[in-house]
Amino acid sequence: MATTNQPTSSNRPEGAELESEARRAAMQGVPPFNAEPAKRSRLAQSFREAAITAAIVAGLTLFFFAFRTNIATGGLDLAFRPDLWLIWIAIAFVARFLLSYFVFATESPITGFFKRTKSERSSLPIGKILGIVLLLVALTLPFLLDVFLPRQNRYLLDLAILILTYVMLGWGLNIVVGLAGLLDLGYVAFYAVGAYSFALLSINFDLGFWVCLPMAGLFAALWGIMLGFPVLRLRGDYLAIVTLAFGEIIRVVLLNWYDFTGGPNGLLGIPKPTLFGLEFSRGENGFAEYFGLEYNPIQRFIFLYYIILALALLTNFVTMRMRKLPVGRAWEALREDEIACRALGINTVNVKLTAFATGAMFGGFAGSFFATRQGFISPESFTFIESAIILAIVVLGGLGSQLGVVIASVVMIGGIELLRNLTVLDAVFGAGFDPTQYRMLIFGLAMVAIMVWKPRGLISTRVPSVYYKKKKAIGADLVSQGEGH
Amino acid sequence: MSDTMNPTHAPASHARWTEDPVLTVEHLTMRFGGLTAIDDLSFSVGRGDITALIGPNGAGKTTVFNCVTGFYKPTEGRILLRRGAKPSDAAIAELTRSGRQYDRDGENGIYLLERMNDFRITAIAGVARTFQNIRLFGGMTVLENLLVAQHNHLMRASGYTIGGLIGLPGWRREAERAKDKAIAWLERIDLIDRADDPAADLAYGDQRRLEIARAMCTDPRLLCLDEPAAGLNPRESSELNDLLRSIRDRDGVSVLLIEHDMGVVMQISDHIVVLDYGKKIADGAAAAVRDDPKVIAAYLGVDDEEVDEVEEALHQNDPQGSANAQLGEGDRA
Amino acid sequence: MEYFLQQLINGITLGSIYGLIAIGYTMVYGIIGMINFAHGEVFMIGAFIALTAFLALAALGVTFLPLVLLIILAVAMLFTAVWGWTIERVAYRPLRGSFRLAPLITAIGMSIFLQNFVQVTQGARVKPLPPQIQGGITLMDGPGGIVVQLSYMQLIIIALTIALMIGFSLIISKTSLGRQQRACEQDRKMASLLGVNVDRTISLTFVMGAGLAAVAGTMYLLYYGVIDFYIGFIAGVKAFTAAVLGGIGSLPGAMLGGLAIGLIETFWSGYFSVEYKDVAAFSILAIVLIFMPSGLLGRPEVEKV
Repeated sequence: MATTNQPTSSNRPEGAELESEARRAAMQGVPPFNAEPAKRSRLAQSFREAAITAAIVAGLTLFFFAFRTNIATGGLDLAFRPDLWLIWIAIAFVARFLLSYFVFATESPITGFFKRTKSERSSLPIGKILGIVLLLVALTLPFLLDVFLPRQNRYLLDLAILILTYVMLGWGLNIVVGLAGLLDLGYVAFYAVGAYSFALLSINFDLGFWVCLPMAGLFAALWGIMLGFPVLRLRGDYLAIVTLAFGEIIRVVLLNWYDFTGGPNGLLGIPKPTLFGLEFSRGENGFAEYFGLEYNPIQRFIFLYYIILALALLTNFVTMRMRKLPVGRAWEALREDEIACRALGINTVNVKLTAFATGAMFGGFAGSFFATRQGFISPESFTFIESAIILAIVVLGGLGSQLGVVIASVVMIGGIELLRNLTVLDAVFGAGFDPTQYRMLIFGLAMVAIMVWKPRGLISTRVPSVYYKKKKAIGADLVSQGEGH
Repeated sequence: MSDTMNPTHAPASHARWTEDPVLTVEHLTMRFGGLTAIDDLSFSVGRGDITALIGPNGAGKTTVFNCVTGFYKPTEGRILLRRGAKPSDAAIAELTRSGRQYDRDGENGIYLLERMNDFRITAIAGVARTFQNIRLFGGMTVLENLLVAQHNHLMRASGYTIGGLIGLPGWRREAERAKDKAIAWLERIDLIDRADDPAADLAYGDQRRLEIARAMCTDPRLLCLDEPAAGLNPRESSELNDLLRSIRDRDGVSVLLIEHDMGVVMQISDHIVVLDYGKKIADGAAAAVRDDPKVIAAYLGVDDEEVDEVEEALHQNDPQGSANAQLGEGDRA
Repeated sequence: MEYFLQQLINGITLGSIYGLIAIGYTMVYGIIGMINFAHGEVFMIGAFIALTAFLALAALGVTFLPLVLLIILAVAMLFTAVWGWTIERVAYRPLRGSFRLAPLITAIGMSIFLQNFVQVTQGARVKPLPPQIQGGITLMDGPGGIVVQLSYMQLIIIALTIALMIGFSLIISKTSLGRQQRACEQDRKMASLLGVNVDRTISLTFVMGAGLAAVAGTMYLLYYGVIDFYIGFIAGVKAFTAAVLGGIGSLPGAMLGGLAIGLIETFWSGYFSVEYKDVAAFSILAIVLIFMPSGLLGRPEVEKV
């Protein structure tokens, strides 16, 4: 029961990194009795590595950079463009050479500076402060934009709405994957169910936004239970693939059930939300007229922004609250060890179903919001890639971390979206360069890079749901990641 | 060859496990494919007793545990748990015939564990268990571990989440009470200073005690411990003995434990059941079992003919009885 | 009856392609326990390399069909294998020993990257290739004018799949590489302690998987005659479904699962509706997994308590 010199958890990730490095080193498979390889000079070594890298890049890109198949009359036409290929080989060579020479092969790499700065000793208060700052910014964003960036006001507000939608979806999925540890690759199904039930209810029964929203959420939760019930006995990756399959099934059904869902054409004319019956339109009975304001289309965007912000904050509030309730604690216990849960008399099927249903409900809310914002929905918006993006946000942010989801959404959705307006890139790549077509390419690369850099996500510590004397964050290496470990 | 039950050592008619059993295992058989792990096993656990289930590696002890706690469905047999007053044989027969899982009447009840799911056995019948390879919620704090164990009670108190979500005062009171109960247990197992540390950060012996405390937080009538003393040093081992005795005497909970450490077994057990190859080879009070040549043979891995020799040799070396002998882990010949 | 036979042949052909991709999934899952989500994209890359190689050969004036086929198969396998190796090296190896979801996310990231890489470099439009191998064996000339035909292309696909299956089974069961793979599957740490070069073995697994995916891609290109940057996703999901259906980790299981998915899809399209063929395949997957959680040929998982 030594109470002194216990490793405090907040600095655990360092230890975990060391350990995993050691583990990786052990897996290199080089027996200890192997002769040490002869030391080459740093320059020659770097040169050799660069040459190998260049050769691999040459092989990888030969058929993609050096040749391009074009559709021509009477079949395909092959264009040969070795310049592009050679440029990339050269880039690979130089980049690898510089990396090898200055980073990998030296005792004091120039990137050492970055390594030293990332000691996260007091992650708890910083997280709290950051959370409060983000909340304040979020609450005042429309005014900040109006004051500081009036020209891009509408575009940026739209982007903020998009980011918040993903934050909400991320928070919803975080319940399932981050807290309960159930890998769900079909989360978009609930997003779709929410959007479609909202659209169908509001179009067919002429119900308003505020009536349809909770109903759509409940529908999604119901679907969560219905889909969840048969699959929840599956473990780990099997659960993942079946949820993926369900997501695809729902999409295919939406695509083909013309009478009900409009098929690929989708549903049109979904009503906009109103503020106590006030519409955000020009003319009589509009919001602007009622309050004696000058009509401005931005008012509707600001209203939408506050709706999604409120929905997202509600998601966060409920989730944080549930974490402190027995059901939330059971979710986390389930993620840690399902068998132990059962030995403690916990009905794990119910616990899983509540996680699934709660996550699905928030997905349904987000779907409703999506439908009303767009005014139009089609199955195209609910492909697997959406599920993948939401999951990526949760994992990149750090499983179970609410703040991490926000940061990951801002970085992944906002950052990539901003690429669109970077006119600087035109100067680098020449006029006519369209960065939007590289958006998803960079998105994919960023996912790989962030994961390799921080496998546990940006915020990886877990905050206990209850404490006796002092709240201490728990290091990521101790927190289990759910089934199939 | 001597008989299994030695009437001079354990007068069966006066033993608690026949008079007032909390758990009765009857004709339990468990087969995995062609392998019979447990073969027609019958034994009882007395109320308020510490009962040890011992036997060489692979004898089927953990399988018995898994059957009792519902993690395996036994191939055949009846596992009966009793609470409160002793029921009539007719009532048991009636329950068995009815196809129901249990009969409860206030504090009294009979439960047919072989019909119940693992979590229901804990939640309804009141059987808690620990695991051979400790299964704590490593990423949760020590305190959280003990609160998870009170899940079912807290679930009701929180109005199945709804009441808790809107913060009803009744829920707050229950939550405080649950926390107090957890803290009381932490004081009892001397882990109060580690309450806010993740369970995985605890030393091995502390983890073992925490797992026992966590099982106790489910308010069980029968506590099943799978090798609680494994990997403990002598000091920790004796602390564990005190803890188990206090669970028996203070909390009035019956204990069934699997243990290889004969020191622990002999010091604290009121009753020992010995398994070998899925069959019971001895059953009785500690002293009786200790001297049973069949038990010694099973542990030392000798042929039946050599049993007598072994017994002789044993008594010569250790005239006052081998209470502290480490017998476990004996390879079979 | 004739219709049934024809569907059967078509189903087996499609199933063979799925099976070849599924082997890549199953081998990777067996050895490092992760869903290599980018594997479908590797298949797509194989198809694109084969297409480009084919056009390059045509431009060079090589037209002798068997030679062309042999060359594009070899080229596709070789260059796709480089992709397979690189993906493992860049996206998965740095995360070995890390937690389970990390490589899954990098795999999804890789998948997104590869799709868009091909889209950017080769264009988003569908690439058509006129059928190169025509004709076939007429098995049955039905009364209603329904002809049951086994086309030469189908014959090649089925024969090649069988040959590769036998070859790979021999590699896994007989060679030292196969032994090392199986050892890594059982216990990577122990295998490395015994001198197995684990990294090299895993790399080779990816290379082999990519090679098979390249064969599947080439066959897909020649059989269907149209490819685009998106074919990898659907084929990948189907093939993974096949691997899970057959029992993930089992080579014959992957093949069997591939055939099952191919047949379900073809028969569903043939007798019910084309639109819902994916629903049929996925529903069967869900049903099989719910009632047979380790797949058709997988070893049942015993819950250790």
